[in-house]
Amino acid sequence: MTTPRFTRIESSMLPLLREDIDTDQIIPASYLKTTERTGLGQGLFARWREDPAFVLHQPAYQGAGVLLAGRNFGCGSSREHAVWALADHGFRAVISTAFADIFQSNAGKNGLLTITVAPDIHGRLAEAVDADPAARVGIDLETTTLTLPDGDTTNFPVDPFVRTCLLEGVDPLGYLLQRLPDIEAWEQDHPARLDTRQPHDGSFGEPTS
Amino acid sequence: MSNGNGKDPMNREATETASGSRTLFDKIWQAHTVESTATDADAGGTASTLSLLGIDLHLVHEVTSPQAFAELDRRGLRVRRPDRTLATMDHSTPTRPEVDRARLRIIDAEAEAQLARLERHCAEHDVPLIPLGDPRQGIVHVMGPELGLTQPGMTIVCGDSHTSTHGAFGALAFGIGTSEVGHVLATQCLLQRRPKTLEVAIRGGLPTGVTAKDLILATIAQIGVAGGTGSVIEYTGQAIRDLDMEGRMSVCNMSIEAGARAGLISPDEKTFQYLEGRPYAPRDAAWPEAVATWRALATDPGAAFDRRVEVDARDLEPMITWGTHPGMALPITATVPRREELSPDQLGAAEKAWAYMDLEPGQKLIGQSVDVVFIGSCTNARLSDLEAAARVLEGKHVAAGLTMLVVPGSQQVKREAEARGLDTIFRAAGAEWREAGCSMCLGMNGDRLAPGQLAVSTTNRNFEGRQGPGSRTMLASPLTAAATAVAGRISDPREVL
Ligand code: SF4
Repeated sequence: MTTPRFTRIESSMLPLLREDIDTDQIIPASYLKTTERTGLGQGLFARWREDPAFVLHQPAYQGAGVLLAGRNFGCGSSREHAVWALADHGFRAVISTAFADIFQSNAGKNGLLTITVAPDIHGRLAEAVDADPAARVGIDLETTTLTLPDGDTTNFPVDPFVRTCLLEGVDPLGYLLQRLPDIEAWEQDHPARLDTRQPHDGSFGEPTS
Repeated sequence: MSNGNGKDPMNREATETASGSRTLFDKIWQAHTVESTATDADAGGTASTLSLLGIDLHLVHEVTSPQAFAELDRRGLRVRRPDRTLATMDHSTPTRPEVDRARLRIIDAEAEAQLARLERHCAEHDVPLIPLGDPRQGIVHVMGPELGLTQPGMTIVCGDSHTSTHGAFGALAFGIGTSEVGHVLATQCLLQRRPKTLEVAIRGGLPTGVTAKDLILATIAQIGVAGGTGSVIEYTGQAIRDLDMEGRMSVCNMSIEAGARAGLISPDEKTFQYLEGRPYAPRDAAWPEAVATWRALATDPGAAFDRRVEVDARDLEPMITWGTHPGMALPITATVPRREELSPDQLGAAEKAWAYMDLEPGQKLIGQSVDVVFIGSCTNARLSDLEAAARVLEGKHVAAGLTMLVVPGSQQVKREAEARGLDTIFRAAGAEWREAGCSMCLGMNGDRLAPGQLAVSTTNRNFEGRQGPGSRTMLASPLTAAATAVAGRISDPREVL
């Protein structure tokens, strides 16, 4: 996996304004038997896609790189497959008024930007895409600016660590590996009380009954 | 503090502060902070610090780990602390006793491949594995506590959102994504934003027939499915103290259903009693020493939380969900919400839920006919849950036309239940008695509802299609589920106790 990067995009939006869209909807469990992180776009919103009228099928929204979603997007399971599915389908960013914690954390590690906006901005975006499915937004991570279809701009919050990683291609695991001396020192001071390989009753490896 | 080479994206700064009254969360967080940044902001713009957090225990399962191991292999890295890592198989495992691995290869090659993959990764990286067929195997969040792996004051992570369960022991336990699983495998630490603290203070005790599950469903209904976002919840109050460890696990388990990062309960004598003598619990001279350390972890009197909400337990009733997320829960005697009972911002979701669940606004919940009752999952498949269900079912029979599945949370739970004759009660009542695993909680292993079927489940998620495409789920306690199974319709367990 190469370190994902993100600087600036301009794109139309796909509106999916339901609230509390959970990860079981984003990618149902039947797609979790894969041992790969690619190809999950096929399972994106799989159950809703069975409906031919579902917004993802509508020609007007083809090619949209930004998902405009309702509040509390990505709640439920920790499955990173949800982010992989969205990214595999071609989404680069999700805009909502609030995200679930684990989803947001997973997104940042895969170059999928989660943009939290105030309800009034969200409302304006929803109106714009309703009036014209081709309405485009601009997202600039360098300046953390969101440009609305009418040209107005607003700043969005972003985790500074995630921003640096995405802009400069810093690899979070590589960063952690650099910190190993500090981690080792901490571990010296905080010895573990247990060893998972050696239960105190000596039962590991030999069935207890 | 040493600085890495080049630009430091973490903007680290020494910010050690420790004084005065502290919460359990504060104590664990501080003790596990290797280093932290100056306050900046999280992804939602809330002021917070980023910390490098040492991880004591990393639990691994077959579904969320293959890509993480693959990433280590790609980079030529080893699992750094196999002694702090333990893997098991639970999500895609069969629960029909007749399905062995050879049979699984034929009926579900993908699931078999996932299990084989975990075995290979564990063997290559010296990670201890509790495989299918092992007498200790079970749902990861049932297995950890019963083996005594889960201990107060620890940091515990797993690529699974219901890791919050382990917080019942006063351990800071939270779910992570697969990238982070890789981070922990490779380094045994994680970069985490410091969450806010939320005290959920329960007033009074639980009435008869009202269980831990009803308490947590009522809490989520009150604070909302995003009510805990960005926070770690600590549950306090008499009702929490009164719960046994299994009930506390059911409460902490569903913290994630309120959006919280984790749930916590300050450890007390019940916690220590539960742990004593378990395979991984400290022994001999190490035991009193450990207990003394654990005793000091409880939230200090007067310690401040960022937020506090009160939930009144005294007039709670058995709860059941009517909609498509766990916050859409009601007292069992209530009726499906009517349009005029909802606020404008609830209406859109309610419209979808009425349609999906095929329920009428204003309709009574009691009496609604049900196709399947499922007793299982990391929320409610421990011994006391099975005992509660068996108490209702004893000498009775599951209603004609209704299917009931009982799936113990672990092989150990299964053995203990069988030693008490619970399996005989379930079988005599016409229920199926299975091997341990996640089973119909997420329907990944073939145990699932048919499209349109309505189930009362002791699980934690009633999302659309969670228990199979087109499936409809109502969440409830084991008592309510068992009473419903006997009647074939949603029933108030207080009438049969
Ligand atoms: S029982 Fe259900 S909620 Fe618990 S770990 Fe398994 S799938 Fe997840």
